[in-house]
Amino acid sequence: MNFELTKEQQMVRKMVRDFAEEVIKPRAIEIDTSATFPKDIFDQMGELGFMGIPFPEEYGGSGGDTISYAIAVEEIGRVCGSTGLSFAATVSLGASPIYYFGTEEQKQEFLKPQAEGRALGAFGLTEPNAGSDAGGTKTTAIADGDSYIINGEKCFITNASFADTIIVTAVTGKNEKGRNIISAIIVPTDTEGVKVTSNYDKMGVRGSDTAEVVLDQVRVPKTNLLGDPQKGFHQFLYTLDGGRISIAALGLGIAQASLEKSLNYAKERKQFGESISDFQAIQFKLADMAMEIELARNMVYKTAWLKDQNKPFTKESAYAKLFASETAVRAADQAIQIHGGYGYMREYEVERYLRDAKLLEIGEGTSEVQRLVIARQLGC
Amino acid sequence: MNIYVLLKKTFDTEEKIVVSNGQIEDDSAEFIINPYDEYAVEEAIKQRDEHGGEVTVVTIGDEDSEKQLRTALAMGADKAVLINTEDDLEDGDQFSTAKILETYFEDKDADLILAGNVAIDEASGQVGPRLATRLGISYVTTITGLTISGDTAQIEKDVEGDVEKIECPLPLLVTCQQGLNEPRYPSLPGIMKAKKKPLAELEIDDLDLDEDDLEPKTKTLEIFMPQEKQAGRVLEGEPDAQVKELVSLLKNEAKVL
Ligand SMILES: Cc1cc2nc3c(=O)[nH]c(=O)nc-3n(C[C@H](O)[C@H](O)[C@H](O)COP(=O)(O)OP(=O)(O)OC[C@H]3O[C@@H](n4cnc5c(N)ncnc54)[C@H](O)[C@@H]3O)c2cc1C
Ligand SMILES: Cc1cc2nc3c(=O)[nH]c(=O)nc-3n(C[C@H](O)[C@H](O)[C@H](O)COP(=O)(O)OP(=O)(O)OC[C@H]3O[C@@H](n4cnc5c(N)ncnc54)[C@H](O)[C@@H]3O)c2cc1C
Repeated sequence: MNFELTKEQQMVRKMVRDFAEEVIKPRAIEIDTSATFPKDIFDQMGELGFMGIPFPEEYGGSGGDTISYAIAVEEIGRVCGSTGLSFAATVSLGASPIYYFGTEEQKQEFLKPQAEGRALGAFGLTEPNAGSDAGGTKTTAIADGDSYIINGEKCFITNASFADTIIVTAVTGKNEKGRNIISAIIVPTDTEGVKVTSNYDKMGVRGSDTAEVVLDQVRVPKTNLLGDPQKGFHQFLYTLDGGRISIAALGLGIAQASLEKSLNYAKERKQFGESISDFQAIQFKLADMAMEIELARNMVYKTAWLKDQNKPFTKESAYAKLFASETAVRAADQAIQIHGGYGYMREYEVERYLRDAKLLEIGEGTSEVQRLVIARQLGC
Repeated sequence: MNIYVLLKKTFDTEEKIVVSNGQIEDDSAEFIINPYDEYAVEEAIKQRDEHGGEVTVVTIGDEDSEKQLRTALAMGADKAVLINTEDDLEDGDQFSTAKILETYFEDKDADLILAGNVAIDEASGQVGPRLATRLGISYVTTITGLTISGDTAQIEKDVEGDVEKIECPLPLLVTCQQGLNEPRYPSLPGIMKAKKKPLAELEIDDLDLDEDDLEPKTKTLEIFMPQEKQAGRVLEGEPDAQVKELVSLLKNEAKVL
């Protein structure tokens, strides 16, 4: 066993941290208050190769591994949850499915521009009446000559307003048991009939674009169907397994930031003539935070490693996502507590950490759904 | 153009530094590329992109210096050379460093050598000029602008905030000052590709040097942390009285007037 990061992984951490501290951090409060998607930051990240980390060079990627990618999400999340979420979503949900399941033509046409940072991607699974129950998709795609005609409605779709393509899940037919066949189809957002509206007033990750997508008689070529037409459901389950690593990494980043801010503050803040870090009540909070973060980190990196080794990682990614997102919520909550009244104020940032972290217990499978996944893996 | 960069691994002075027994503790320090050397790497890459040729980054250090070299490769340098003195040299000073570099550069036919203005750890600013002197080539320190055409370099040099313009023939050594450029981030594909770029490791033996040739000419007597800054003092009372008190304090207590 070797727990040491490779030189490349260490360099990725250093580079991403420098970038995050210098470019994103000074704007994190404003990104949250104004709830504006920082397009210019994404352009810059794209040029530096962020969006292509886990994809090979032939598709415009950086040729890195999942661990490097997780480290990058962690470091961005450490300064800004909004930027972290949109970054994680474009890579894990917008681009990855094309890399795993796409044809060579689809990779050249749709993956390459994303990996090279020239385009953003989105993944449209959730519908007003199909959230946790993703199989309940109502959106339909009906074959018509060489095309599919798609009708339906998707909600809470990250990056949709800025994405060049949305991978949409839709019912394409029924199997022999009479069950719906759900497929994934690449829909360019400039196709006629695609309407994207971003009106949500969110609790957290406010600078990450979240939009509603209405598909009205949207005609796309049949060649835009992603992967095996019969196995769409399994494909997006695999996609979500991978996405969970990035959500877990994002939680890790927010938790880490909570700890760092709290530790610094506790050492400086004096009450009763002492630094509050001298009080055992505060020390125990910090100790718990540090311990949980390290455990979460080990789980996240291990899951990423399993994925890189092409080993099964469904159960582990559920562990990682569940534990890291709950760690983030606890750590951010305690960070506010340690900051006292100041922690309740926006300026000190820890209140934002809690609002951002809360999303991680919901998106890409709620905490309850993670427990379901784990229980199923246990054989229940 | 045959371009070389002299790069040093230093501890990050913005991070916590612990001194014990007159030594800086390596374990607690964060190591980075000397920030002024980053300007040198950036400028070398820019000049190469404009004029063609190759950028080689040279460091004298230990096993761990590979990380800083790889970072320079990830930024876009072509080759790296680590002169590893870990096992051979107890101490060194600017003399030792310049001597090793002189030997290394003897057969290199460099057109342009770029170094940082100073290394933020020891801040001597000597290595560049000493090396150029020994190699018998021109040098200009603290440059903030560099344009090369043919065999001539047009240089802007920072002189205490003013700019001096200098024309100088190649081969040339320059030391880089803040303001010369904005060092790029190593790109992510750059980081992954860096491991495939050549990184040669030499020991002083390979340069036909031994420890005696490199014996430092100086001796470090003591290393200590600067005294902690005292809290400021807020004067009170009417403005007139405050001014009087301030002048008197500057005269009698601080003795700066
Ligand atoms: C900011 C943001 C970004 C998002 N980005 C995307 C995106 O890019 N693409 C996308 O497709 N979706 C996205 N989503 C949607 C997200 O994945 C869903 O909100 C999530 O899966 C939960 O679905 P739901 O909101 O319909 O809640 P529901 O499924 O209605 O769940 C409500 C509650 O019931 C619980 N519950 C449901 N079923 C069970 C069960 N069987 N057993 C026990 N408890 C259960 C849930 O855990 C939850 O607590 C995003 C959401 C948000 C808020
Ligand atoms: C919205 C809002 C409204 C408010 N309204 C009022 C008001 O109307 N009037 C008013 O007077 N104040 C008001 N306050 C101030 C509030 O009462 C204080 O914020 C609170 O008492 C905590 O003090 P503090 O913020 O200085 O935190 P600190 O006292 O610095 O506490 C920081 C952390 O250290 C812990 N800590 C401190 N001492 C010890 C110890 N000895 N042992 C263990 N742990 C310790 C605390 O529990 C906390 O976790 C308000 C605050 C807010 C946010």
